[in-house]
Amino acid sequence: MSNLTRGTVRDSLSVALTVGAYGTAFGAAGVAGGFSVLQTCLFSLLTFSGASQFAAVGVVTSGGAAASAIATAALLGTRNALYGLQMAPLLGVKGGRRLVAAQITIDESTGVALSQAPRGTRAMREGFWLTGTGVFLFWNLFTLLGALGAKALGNPASYGLDAAVPAAFLGLIWPRLQTNYLRMVAVVSMGFALLVTPWFPAGLPIIATTVVAVVMGWSAR
Amino acid sequence: MSTTTMWIVMGATSALCFAMKLLGHLVPQSWLANDRLQRINALIPICLLSALVVAEGLVLKTHIVLDHRLAGLGAALAALFAKAPFPVVVVSAAATSALVYHLHLG
Repeated sequence: MSNLTRGTVRDSLSVALTVGAYGTAFGAAGVAGGFSVLQTCLFSLLTFSGASQFAAVGVVTSGGAAASAIATAALLGTRNALYGLQMAPLLGVKGGRRLVAAQITIDESTGVALSQAPRGTRAMREGFWLTGTGVFLFWNLFTLLGALGAKALGNPASYGLDAAVPAAFLGLIWPRLQTNYLRMVAVVSMGFALLVTPWFPAGLPIIATTVVAVVMGWSAR
Repeated sequence: MSTTTMWIVMGATSALCFAMKLLGHLVPQSWLANDRLQRINALIPICLLSALVVAEGLVLKTHIVLDHRLAGLGAALAALFAKAPFPVVVVSAAATSALVYHLHLG
């Protein structure tokens, strides 16, 4: 511990605990969507990417096809590839450690690693590992608690769980909407998804908004 | 959806998401360094998550349905504008939605 910067440890652990606690919401959403406690916990252990997990469960809950659920979750996972691209040269790991690093390459571990830049490369590496493993630990623990809790409660609508999921999505995009352009992209996506809802099978309107991303991201602003 | 299908959703989602993460660690940096790809990739989460807000909050199967969930979303929005932390956002949405749900049943 003495080799670690105190600030890096504090940043990593506070992110790990706060984000990990959201696992409760996922655990509840998984069970409310009809997944077993075991399946819900395996999602958190194996998928380990909050937005993708909520998306897969959400599409299933709203009556979408399995393929729509998987495709939406995978598309949300593409950003982790870009995080890996940034983290790989920093971490410089091979073999089994590289697989572990890949699994914990998420928004939070990348974010904390990048934010440690003023403290130097070593602090960036420590920030990545501490945040990644910390979120993994707490996210899985709280998923189990949320899943067991929801199973004990019963009817999801009676406890507002059916509204907690879209609220969680709203909470996930909110901090990303930094500019008017990004806010416009969000509003256009919502409008587009609602517009095509009556004509598309459930779940497909969500993936279809990839078109909005391609059109609006095609040329530089 | 059958139990088998749900296992498939969980398994395939996990496999594909891990493949994405690993891809970033394995490919040479130049491969994904294309500007256009970066811009589009940065917008994808915003588009999908926005669509998920309305798909989960305002839609049942293929119909737009305005019910107790909308009240919950309104509460979430108010909490976000008030700069409330994430758990407060989710809990206030759940509480408001549950309240409206029970008032309607009552």
